[in-house]
Amino acid sequence: MNEEKQGLAATNQLHSDPVTWVEKYADYLYRFAISRLRDEEVARDLVQDTFLAALQQLARFEGNSSEKTWLTAILRNKIADFYRNQASRGLEEVRQSESEQVDFFDAENGHWNTPHAPQSFGLETDNPLLIKELGNILSGCLKKLPPLWFSVFSMKHIDDYTSEKICLELKLTDANFWVIMHRTKLNLRACLQKHWN
Amino acid sequence: MTGALKKIIYNCRQATFLIEKKTLGKITAAETLQLQIHLAGCSICRTFQQQSILINRLFTGFKTEELKLDDDFKSSLKQRIEKEMNKN
Repeated sequence: MNEEKQGLAATNQLHSDPVTWVEKYADYLYRFAISRLRDEEVARDLVQDTFLAALQQLARFEGNSSEKTWLTAILRNKIADFYRNQASRGLEEVRQSESEQVDFFDAENGHWNTPHAPQSFGLETDNPLLIKELGNILSGCLKKLPPLWFSVFSMKHIDDYTSEKICLELKLTDANFWVIMHRTKLNLRACLQKHWN
Repeated sequence: MTGALKKIIYNCRQATFLIEKKTLGKITAAETLQLQIHLAGCSICRTFQQQSILINRLFTGFKTEELKLDDDFKSSLKQRIEKEMNKN
């Protein structure tokens, strides 16, 4: 029994040594997750889930790809599951955010209503400090997006998935997809304008 | 210009929709023309377009190099992995 255990450990060691995973890959995976999710707690949880799932699959890992690639692929699946889960809930948030946009445009002719019309941010000079400040405001605005909208926006921009793939993953029609991209941008832009200055 | 076409060309809601679709996907030649005419006459939507691109840039330019998991979390995670391995 003991020998068998050692034998198994030795075989695994050829391909991957889980004891070193945290040290080698935890920060990398965390950054990968957070660039897509923008939520520290969720990113941490998914890194942990990734390692635990990898342990379960260790016997099947044959070292054909690098450990890092393999772990990243597992994390990528976890993130996809998270997006799918987000997409199927938060319908109330979607309704709420949609209703906030009702008077952005004149219902008759589609012109901007003056209180909601875009105003210049005064960033023509591309001042790095101001850009950074605007980035911080954007982070706050992203947190307030309906989960579905955030998922669609992130999948498109960070992973550069095609709209077809995103529609398939999240069970959306092509028309839905573009409506969501439009509404998300209207929402984020209005949020930035509200908190800028 | 027909009334219907005029309606589309002066519609900011439609113009901002086309701006988004054009940036990340494809719009038809007719839509491209509509949008061009709209933007030529609508400074508010030109501002929208600039800010829309800026938002994309800010979102994708988010810096993560400095981010790290805290040491406590890492050591407990490491312990958990070791514990799981000993189970087998």
